[in-house]
Amino acid sequence: MSVADATTALHGLAPIESPWRRALRRLLRRRGAVVGGIVVIAFVAIAVFAPWISPYDPTATDWGAVRKAPSAAHWFGTDEIGRDVLARVIFGARASLLAGVISVAIALALGVPIGLLSGYVGGWLDGLLMRITDAMLACPFLILAIAMAAFLGPSLTNAMIAIGISATPIFIRLTRGQVQTVKVEDFVEAARAVGNTHWRIALRHILPNIIPPLMVQATLTTAAAIIAEASLSFLGLGQQPPAPSWGSMLNIAKNFLTQAPWMAVWPGVSIFVVVLSFNLLGDGLRDALDPKHR
Amino acid sequence: MLTFLIRRLAIVLPTLLFVSFIIFGLQQLLPGDPASAMAGEERDPEVVAHVRKMLHLDEPLPVRYGYWIGAVLQGDLGLSLRIQKPVTELVLEKLPVTIQLATMAFLIALLIGIPMGVLSAVKNGTAWDYGANVIALWGLSTPNFWLGIMMILLFSVQLGWPPASGFVPPSEDLSRNLQSTIMPAFVLGNAIAAVMMRHTRSAMLQVLTTDYVRTARAKGLGEGKVVGKHAFRNASIPVITLGALEFGQLLSGAVLTEQVFTIPGFGKLIVDAVFNRDYAVVQGVVLCTATAYLLLNLMADILYVLANPRLRG
Repeated sequence: MSVADATTALHGLAPIESPWRRALRRLLRRRGAVVGGIVVIAFVAIAVFAPWISPYDPTATDWGAVRKAPSAAHWFGTDEIGRDVLARVIFGARASLLAGVISVAIALALGVPIGLLSGYVGGWLDGLLMRITDAMLACPFLILAIAMAAFLGPSLTNAMIAIGISATPIFIRLTRGQVQTVKVEDFVEAARAVGNTHWRIALRHILPNIIPPLMVQATLTTAAAIIAEASLSFLGLGQQPPAPSWGSMLNIAKNFLTQAPWMAVWPGVSIFVVVLSFNLLGDGLRDALDPKHR
Repeated sequence: MLTFLIRRLAIVLPTLLFVSFIIFGLQQLLPGDPASAMAGEERDPEVVAHVRKMLHLDEPLPVRYGYWIGAVLQGDLGLSLRIQKPVTELVLEKLPVTIQLATMAFLIALLIGIPMGVLSAVKNGTAWDYGANVIALWGLSTPNFWLGIMMILLFSVQLGWPPASGFVPPSEDLSRNLQSTIMPAFVLGNAIAAVMMRHTRSAMLQVLTTDYVRTARAKGLGEGKVVGKHAFRNASIPVITLGALEFGQLLSGAVLTEQVFTIPGFGKLIVDAVFNRDYAVVQGVVLCTATAYLLLNLMADILYVLANPRLRG
């Protein structure tokens, strides 16, 4: 066959779909994941545009409107010192989403390089790193985060650091496992055979091939991190007053259940909806990126 | 089996050693002088000096670790500076409360999660399956402290049902003890029920497509017998072992549930210790939780081998 014939034949074929485009197509077919994604985007927009969409200043007190039930003036009611609950829920989205994203970023920044090193190098280094990872995994996520936040001091930043470090072992384990599977593939052998350095093989050939499971885990861990931040703030170890956070709002609300039940409803509903959306998106991503897992 | 046990212990022991490094290392996170931080708000120089001497803070780090781990190995977790009681005593006092709560939560999780998982797998692709998955997703996405607050609001405030908070020891009055723990146990077991449902569903779906299940059906056995006797018995092996691991998570979840329902357990102990800057108690609770978690892990592995004849060798 001449080159011209081959070109003509190739033109007749349907274009080859890239793996990412195929994954996106699969993801868009899953209604739950699409709804989850839309809700996540909506909450991100609420967090970013909070100053413009919030009806009131979230920290402004109004002693004439203490514990007022939901009304046209205050859609979600007011709290124990007359602050608008809707405004606090809107601004609270910032703390929750920021905590989710930053904690996962910390966990990825620490976990992926360590897992990559452990899985790629193997031997005694792998053994040592895995024992340390097992030791961290043995301390339950929330207990370790509480202990760290306790020693670092209560603040949203420290809570994010504590959650990020506590979530790191999951990413070390996942990355290491994936690297061990990928590093024996033919294309890695080929890259080695043509004289690529270890750094180049690890970063240019292995890392791009383990991104899909990491993406899925990152989405699901964001949901867990949002709950963890709310839990730490609920215990008084996260966002400090008067700055709003869904967890700290619930902490105060539990003392006014008989007088102002609305104070406890909306922050909780917000956590539930955001976490559910991340879980739906994570499940959808897993199905889209790894159909065998279905 | 013995070789397996020795091999597993050979992994557990160094892991425990690293756990002790991490927990001891937590002390190093304290900003500034640890003795001043631990001595409390007043920073009385005498107290600071006492704390420094008691914790050997003038010694190099490895020597301090040696003192600390030496005491821990003899069952001495240190002294609570606030309550002036040995941490071991406090832990032993509070642990039974959390174990009761976690056991009840685990039973509730099994009673909800396993039947739901079986139903979901048997009715795969139907409205039952869809409904069970929605309930599981709800369980996984609901923060347990919020669920606790909502249940107090609905049952205790609106309907006047079980007491909203407090704890009655079983030795004092069993019926009131159950009344005071049933709601927190449900709240705590809720998320684990969802996890158990997912595990059971996936294990059952796998087993239901195997040849021996097809053969059982071909022999003309009723669907109940096929599912209950042939499929579930085999699917339950991974579910039981994963369940043992989930029990460890309950210890962590109890922190929040105990806080919401004012139950004087392990979780309340660590939270109170955090606010009172009682760092020896924080370290003691984390160490005990991590050790319990590792032992549960080991137990899960042993159960898995015992339940699976092919692995027994």
